[in-house]
Amino acid sequence: MRVLVCVKRVPAPGARIVISPDGRSIDTAHLGFTMSPHEECAVEEAVQIVEREGGHSTVLTLGVASAEEQLRYALSLGIDAGVLLPTDGSDWDPQRTATSIAAAISGLESRDGVFDLVLFGNESADSGGFQVGIRVARALGRPMVNGVKGIELGDGSLVARRPFDGGFEEYRLPLPCMLGAKEGLNLPRYPTLKGRLSSKKAQIESIEPVGDPGGLRMVGFLRPREQVTETVVLGHGPEAAPKVIEILTEIGVL
Amino acid sequence: MAELPSKARVVVIGAGIVGNCLVGHLADMGWTDMVLVDKGPLPNPGGSTGHASNFIFPTDHNKEMAALTLESRRQYEEMGVNTECGGIEVARTPERMEELRRRMTSAKAWGIEAELLTPAQVKEKVPFLDESVILGGFHTPSVSVVDSLRAGTLMREKATKAGALSVHANTEVLDIETEPVHFGRPRIKAVVTDKGRIETEYVVVACGVWSPKIAHMAGATIPLTPAVHQMADVGPIDILQQTGNEIGYPIVRDMDTFMYERQSAGSMEVGSYAHRPILHRPEEIPSNEEAALSPTEMPFTLDDFDEQLEHALELMGEILETAEIRYAINGLLSLTSDAMPVLGETTEVENLWSAAAVWIKEGPGIAQLMAEWMTHGYPHIADPHGSDIARLYDHERSVHHIEARASEHFNKTYGIVHPREQWASERGVNCAPFHARTEALGAEYFDARGWERPHWYAANADLVDRYAVEDRPHEWDRRWWSPIISAEHLHMRERGGLIDLSAFQMFDVRGPGVVDYIERMTVNKCDRPVGSSIYTPVLAPNGGFRSDLTVLRLGDEWFRIVTGAFDGGRDEYWFRRNLPTDGSVQFTNMSSTVTTIGVWGPKAQELVSGLTESDVSIGAFAYGTTQEVLIEGIATRMLRISYVGENGWEITTSIPHGLRLWDTLAGAAKDLDVRPVGAGVYGTTGRLEKGYRLMGAELESEYSPVEAGLARARVKDASFIGKEAYLQARESDPVTHMCTLTVEDHIDSSGSARYMTGGNEPILTADGDRILDANGRVSRVTSAGNGPSVGKYLLMAYLPPEFAVENTPLQVMYMNEMFDVRVARVGSKPLFDPDDTRMKG
Amino acid sequence: MLLVFVEHDRGTPADAAREALTASRSLAEALGVPLHAVTVGEVADGLAREVADYGAVVVHQAHHRLLSDYGPDAWAESVAQVALAEGAQVIVGTGTDRGNEVLAHVAALMDQPFAANCLEVVPGKEWELTRARWGGSLLESATLDAAIRILTFAHHAVDPVSSPAAGEPRLFEPELDDAVAQTLVTDRVVLTTGVTLATAPVVVSGGRGVGSAEGFAPLEELASLLGGVVGCSRVVTNNGWRPHSDQVGQTGTRIAPELYIACGISGAIQHWVGAMASKRILAINTDAEANMVIKADYAIIGDLSTVIPAIVEAVKVAQSGQPS
Repeated sequence: MRVLVCVKRVPAPGARIVISPDGRSIDTAHLGFTMSPHEECAVEEAVQIVEREGGHSTVLTLGVASAEEQLRYALSLGIDAGVLLPTDGSDWDPQRTATSIAAAISGLESRDGVFDLVLFGNESADSGGFQVGIRVARALGRPMVNGVKGIELGDGSLVARRPFDGGFEEYRLPLPCMLGAKEGLNLPRYPTLKGRLSSKKAQIESIEPVGDPGGLRMVGFLRPREQVTETVVLGHGPEAAPKVIEILTEIGVL
Repeated sequence: MAELPSKARVVVIGAGIVGNCLVGHLADMGWTDMVLVDKGPLPNPGGSTGHASNFIFPTDHNKEMAALTLESRRQYEEMGVNTECGGIEVARTPERMEELRRRMTSAKAWGIEAELLTPAQVKEKVPFLDESVILGGFHTPSVSVVDSLRAGTLMREKATKAGALSVHANTEVLDIETEPVHFGRPRIKAVVTDKGRIETEYVVVACGVWSPKIAHMAGATIPLTPAVHQMADVGPIDILQQTGNEIGYPIVRDMDTFMYERQSAGSMEVGSYAHRPILHRPEEIPSNEEAALSPTEMPFTLDDFDEQLEHALELMGEILETAEIRYAINGLLSLTSDAMPVLGETTEVENLWSAAAVWIKEGPGIAQLMAEWMTHGYPHIADPHGSDIARLYDHERSVHHIEARASEHFNKTYGIVHPREQWASERGVNCAPFHARTEALGAEYFDARGWERPHWYAANADLVDRYAVEDRPHEWDRRWWSPIISAEHLHMRERGGLIDLSAFQMFDVRGPGVVDYIERMTVNKCDRPVGSSIYTPVLAPNGGFRSDLTVLRLGDEWFRIVTGAFDGGRDEYWFRRNLPTDGSVQFTNMSSTVTTIGVWGPKAQELVSGLTESDVSIGAFAYGTTQEVLIEGIATRMLRISYVGENGWEITTSIPHGLRLWDTLAGAAKDLDVRPVGAGVYGTTGRLEKGYRLMGAELESEYSPVEAGLARARVKDASFIGKEAYLQARESDPVTHMCTLTVEDHIDSSGSARYMTGGNEPILTADGDRILDANGRVSRVTSAGNGPSVGKYLLMAYLPPEFAVENTPLQVMYMNEMFDVRVARVGSKPLFDPDDTRMKG
Repeated sequence: MLLVFVEHDRGTPADAAREALTASRSLAEALGVPLHAVTVGEVADGLAREVADYGAVVVHQAHHRLLSDYGPDAWAESVAQVALAEGAQVIVGTGTDRGNEVLAHVAALMDQPFAANCLEVVPGKEWELTRARWGGSLLESATLDAAIRILTFAHHAVDPVSSPAAGEPRLFEPELDDAVAQTLVTDRVVLTTGVTLATAPVVVSGGRGVGSAEGFAPLEELASLLGGVVGCSRVVTNNGWRPHSDQVGQTGTRIAPELYIACGISGAIQHWVGAMASKRILAINTDAEANMVIKADYAIIGDLSTVIPAIVEAVKVAQSGQPS
């Protein structure tokens, strides 16, 4: 199996996100960076598949040079190779991003062979565009299903499970195909000390991204109107229980 | 949540280990109407306490910190939050083994049980450690981990239950108001928070990394910088999980890689002081809401930690290789320019106190020290001169300076730091006007809180042969030392020496109220004829030493206070804060206006008399007096006095004349073969031969003038600070005496001669037992150095009466070995020229 | 014409579809264009009445043998073909996993930009949008420049309001390549019957403060007494105390129960955006200033290990008909 995982470097914010004074970016001076949680599961899945089935796994990202941190993190978990599509840090819209990634995948495949499975996260944690993976799938002419929380590999095909109310929908896709992973697909591992140190030595391949800007252009950030809730303190400790009964009665649960 | 009070006696800002323990101790001492505020939630408001690794290694070479750490450990134990696990500091290099032997010595001094282990013995205690990478270990069974958050909660609750405290979490301080005071510093008036305003008499800033920002609101400085300490929690690890508790194995400090490995339940916490210094600014620290974890748990920068991971794998690869990095932070802690806390009232604002740059290991003890200080005017549990915020000069309060020095000493957190260690950064802040001249003579400069002082001169290297001075064979003993010092000493005694004293701190006090003022500040009578000089202790309210200095009477309403560079800041603060508020005394710091050169030795009289038309003979210019004298036309003030036991003067002139004065004196000196000699002679060899005591070494607030042998026959009528305690001390026989000892045998077990550096080495009985006086104070070396003219290596130490008998044989421990010593003098009588005939004529 | 994609599952409309219709109505008015809707599959024909109630003048009903169940490619092809055939200037969908998936496919195959999870749309020469980022905890203002504007409205951003129109049903038969069958739902596994996290009227959720997997037992008891289910925060699933399917949050399930009881949950963004649509929130926490407490309607300050059992007892008493 040849598996590719596409990830995105995103800030890891606290309870309040700080917008830069010009309103065009997030102030990340004191934030760490991570990959989107859905993608962590995609990486874990790729590592597990190659551990189980044999083969080769690759992680790819489009972003600033420091996005190498996320690639190396994936490598420290057991991914075999890393590819960076370097940008200057300006906002790349979904169309342009997808065009670049599709081109890079084609290039890698024509050199090394087809990726049997390409995994994206369901959506990125920061911009939440819900489309880059799908656009890449369309560009490469591969079937893709999003929202996947379970993968069962078969011979030349796979079964993907996607949650719906109270259960799963199943899809049967031929290989090669693409999936949008959702958190819950697995429980991602943490890097080991050994993994971290060996990931430091791995080579990261750089591919110059191509693609023209699309029609959706980010202008700036806004903070949503905060609902000002006057919290009613029902009480302290167990003595507050009768007040809860009143509320449950009022809303008709009791 | 309770309403914020509008009035309080004291507002303590910061509910970390220090703020919490402080309100507990203050409540014990009878304080009421206290308010504790913190901008974060409780019990963990998000400061450094919340992510501390919470372990205590009690051994410290520094007496003040050792005392506070041991006291803190005692308090944690009393609170039931202390878990003993033992700790081993391991050595990978021979230099570190030597340091571990030095630690054995300090452990002995403070009465801490400790032992040196072979690699195999270390392995027995820590089976997952690779003993092949170490040479040995220093094992302290009493090393413990504490629950600092729980301790804080208990202390808070104690004060709350006593009805003395109201606690307000999630309350952010927005401003601190002060009010002007006539002829005084502005005084605390109120604290403004986002939940309301509190009028208050006192404010204590116990805000850790935020302290500079909070103090700034009141117009004061708390000089520290937030800095990163990286730690990673790696696991799960089977062997650790099997202990079934928080910590079952000793904590290992891998000293040579500046790292520690501490079990934290089923995983290992790996911490480091080895990475590059990563400094932040207090105003840039994210808020509780903005921070992903807590404000002081910054995103981990793994790249900085990779080398440390490799080191950890070398030592504990067996369990760490496959362990997962589950939680890792760049934890913020507070660093100061000299790695000591910043405690006490701020110099700028009355009743604004600082309790910052404190580690968990010393938190409760420091809180007690602060509470005593605020309650009694001075602490009892330890002399705070090393951590007193007033020690810091203006240049030491700049972000530039703090960052430079913190960057330099961060990697020395686990380093081997010599007692005479010199700074590499931020040098040359204050130089003598004739600095270029001393530089040309190859001066080796030592840093005295920003002042460059020649310690010896390469140009005097020829004197080493002339006087057949012996070198020291061991590198450690000769580090930051030169045989030239002893040669310069002997030359001064034979011919004479010029000494750069430009680091002297001088304060002029004048005005109609000055006589009453100066008498209130000093032990010895200063109201003496114009032209007199008075050496006097300055006492803390408890009767212990706050300072010792010289007061000159320059006019009817004019005194000059002369003190050393190391204590100038604390002395200036003390004299200023006690100024009368009616404007009857004006205080002027003259230190940057005048400069001083010392001239001493058998040829001093001839040298100076040849340069002036004034009669400077002993008949016309008595010992202990000061006169204005023109030296080749340069206006100077001369003071016939000596710290080195020779006839001569301190000659002070204005800085513009300084270079000319040096050239004039040096020119005449050349003809008489009088040489410039360094502070090594002035501060150590000359001083020790004369038995002179030094503030911060022999003199501390824990000791009285009676014990130090500095009590005069009579006590002046005027009242002065500490008088009551002083009179009391005079009533009874002292339980300890300052003594001078000689080293009788320098040879260690390997046959090499060793010379104690004077870093609190314990004085032991012939049987090797520690010596404690009736008040529990341990006998230890306060100063050490050559006595070239008496042919002995000299140590100073306090000894209880049964040992303070001349010729008593005792031992000193140095580098974990015993050396024979002998009590040579009891009290202040000098070993060299006991009748002072050389300097007094 | 503005075309609304009406999301449904085998004929049951998604709540979000009513929201999308409501929001699209004002957008169509602003543009001065008619509002059309498209339902995919014969199974959804029965929705025409309700879609009309929400203002669609025409309901295109796409019929094909490959449209009996959901499939992103089949559905997207159908919607795109209706749009092209009818000359849609705007295509609007639901800001849900399915809605975003279908419209992303539509945009990709029409080679047009796509704006997911919009909150506000101001048409003009260059359209100005406000869309949700970080699961709605931050907003982005953006411009959308395209021949055909394709967007979804964020779920729970608009309250559905009906406004009946003609809703004339029109049959549409798309041409579908067999390849679209590769992504059709082939099977379903039902794990639970009854209430789920997404539908429960009461969700009793636990966070770090619960302390362990075992610590959830009292929460389970309370939830079952109230006919609700147990949820949890991300820390809990990361610690392995609960399955991920119980997770409420940006990367878990977004819920909108009548009452959300958050026990020992600090209220990080990740969690809050999953819970913020709840009608009422009761926070139980030792920290009176925890983010969750500040944002909740009701709070009990205290240790949940004593508070929850007290509530359980009180509920039992109330249910047994005794005076509490």
